[in-house]
Amino acid sequence: MTTNEIINPANLVYRKTPVLTDTPMHYCPGCSHGVVHKLLAEVIEEMGIQEKAIGIAPVGCAVFAYNYIDIDWQQAAHGRAPALATAIKRLMPDKYVFTYQGDGDLAAIGTAETIHACNRGENIMIIFINNAIYGMTGGQMAPTTLEGMKTSTTPYGRNVELNGHPLNITKLLAELDGTCYVTRQSVHNVAAVRKAKKAIQKGFENSAARKGTSVIEFVSTCNSGWKLSPGASNEWMAEHMFKAYPLGDLKNV
Amino acid sequence: MKGNEAIAHAAVRCGCDGYFGYPITPQSEIMETLMALKPWETTGMVVLQAESEVAAINMVYGAAGCGKRAMTSSSSPGVSLKQEGISYIASAELPCVIVNVMRGGPGLGTIQPSQADYYQAVKGGGHGDYRLIVLAPASVQEMADFTVLAFDLAFKYRNPAMILADGITGQMMEKVILPPFRERRTEEEIRQECPWATLGKPASRPRNIITSLCLQSEEMERINLHLQAKYREIERNEVRFEEFDTEDAEYLIVAFGTCARICQKAVEMAREEGIKVGLLRPITLFPFPTEAIKQYAARVKGMLTVEMNAGQMIDDVRLAVNGRVPVEYYGRLGGIVPTPDEVLNALKEKIVK
Repeated sequence: MTTNEIINPANLVYRKTPVLTDTPMHYCPGCSHGVVHKLLAEVIEEMGIQEKAIGIAPVGCAVFAYNYIDIDWQQAAHGRAPALATAIKRLMPDKYVFTYQGDGDLAAIGTAETIHACNRGENIMIIFINNAIYGMTGGQMAPTTLEGMKTSTTPYGRNVELNGHPLNITKLLAELDGTCYVTRQSVHNVAAVRKAKKAIQKGFENSAARKGTSVIEFVSTCNSGWKLSPGASNEWMAEHMFKAYPLGDLKNV
Repeated sequence: MKGNEAIAHAAVRCGCDGYFGYPITPQSEIMETLMALKPWETTGMVVLQAESEVAAINMVYGAAGCGKRAMTSSSSPGVSLKQEGISYIASAELPCVIVNVMRGGPGLGTIQPSQADYYQAVKGGGHGDYRLIVLAPASVQEMADFTVLAFDLAFKYRNPAMILADGITGQMMEKVILPPFRERRTEEEIRQECPWATLGKPASRPRNIITSLCLQSEEMERINLHLQAKYREIERNEVRFEEFDTEDAEYLIVAFGTCARICQKAVEMAREEGIKVGLLRPITLFPFPTEAIKQYAARVKGMLTVEMNAGQMIDDVRLAVNGRVPVEYYGRLGGIVPTPDEVLNALKEKIVK
């Protein structure tokens, strides 16, 4: 193939969405964040909502999400993203407001903000990256860490007597009257990625239709924190994480 | 009307876009009045009862990050809870208004009036080097007026402003002239006034990011120096205070808020006894009227601060006086309000010797 053939639009097989910036991502190779970012950016482009989308970045690995997706962003204090999103959406109901949070942000320090935003039925989308570990701070126990799973603060494995049970926060959020769409997705293979993208689009559509809060959990890998190769992480996730956090819709009103 | 009610009315009238709060005595009338006024049906202002003080201040962060005129109110224990959010707001340079109708602490304390959050309000409160613009109302009229002023100053300097009231100014009833109606700004007007606001990114500008994160220490030092330069500018431009009977004063009382009202009576009583005493009432606690007090230090024989705390503002008075004349303190703690008689006695015992 010549250069001219390669750049011929008729031969285009893949194009990076311009909503994704050219900033090199800081995420570890194999991390799920990069794929979810790309899907978000693609959906924002395809729906034509770049000028109306406002993202809320968490504290955690995704704190720098604002460097990668070319929309207006606010960076929240740890766990408070749903409070920011609540105010922004209430003051500007025509915007597409979403939070992007990890398991520590959403299900530990920000549990109250998460539950109450969902219970009020705020017309926002919550993207929830659940990799069962604190990535940014170096691999400590998360609320969603599986029983027996080793982390730097559970070096002998999570012990339910000592550390409590893994928190199935998404199941809990599905119980609340304010949520309209609660789903669990992953991005570990092509089929999953395609489904995940549809889920993100549905979340945005629900916001516009004022149906209530959409919660999209991504059961994710953290190969650095898990101390596994990217490939082995995907296998470990399918084998262990999906048992505790099965994929699929928990609620779709 | 009550001071708390005056704040609510003034907020609606000055084009406030959003109030986010959590009930706590002695300031719950602010949100109750707003809910009764239903401004979402008139001006379009949003009023939301949050699940906590923490959520409320972070809602303010979100709203202020969009260039909206946002406020919250609470009382001492609740304001402690908000400190993390206030630090983030100060660092991200977001304009907003925080009302603290102080009650006696520490801890859950009492529901009676206090001024014991002076240090917290004036010296920072949360983590990091930052300052709030702090206004201290002494009447119901000022509760209304300072709500408007606080918003104006907050937006002028992109800095959070606090109204530091107390249980008396919140609960007492006085006549008040409410501020004139001001329209809420349109989104286009906000885009003009606040080009940094996250209102959605048009193709014509780069994305706006509201954040307080900066991992490069050189850059973080630059941000800090920028903030400090802004605080110095506020100190140059925005000092406000009031003087009472100071022209021929040989002694000076310094008191803010409710205590200044009490001290005004004490000054009258002292003058009936032939004691030439005047009163200086700081209206802005940050910026503090340091220069004015410094000048009085060259004229008077001594100063007395009167505070409903264990002596907090006295530190700033002493820094201004810099040892030139004695500066003493009188105050009551834990929700007790000093009487004019007590102030007069303290003046005689500690200063007029």
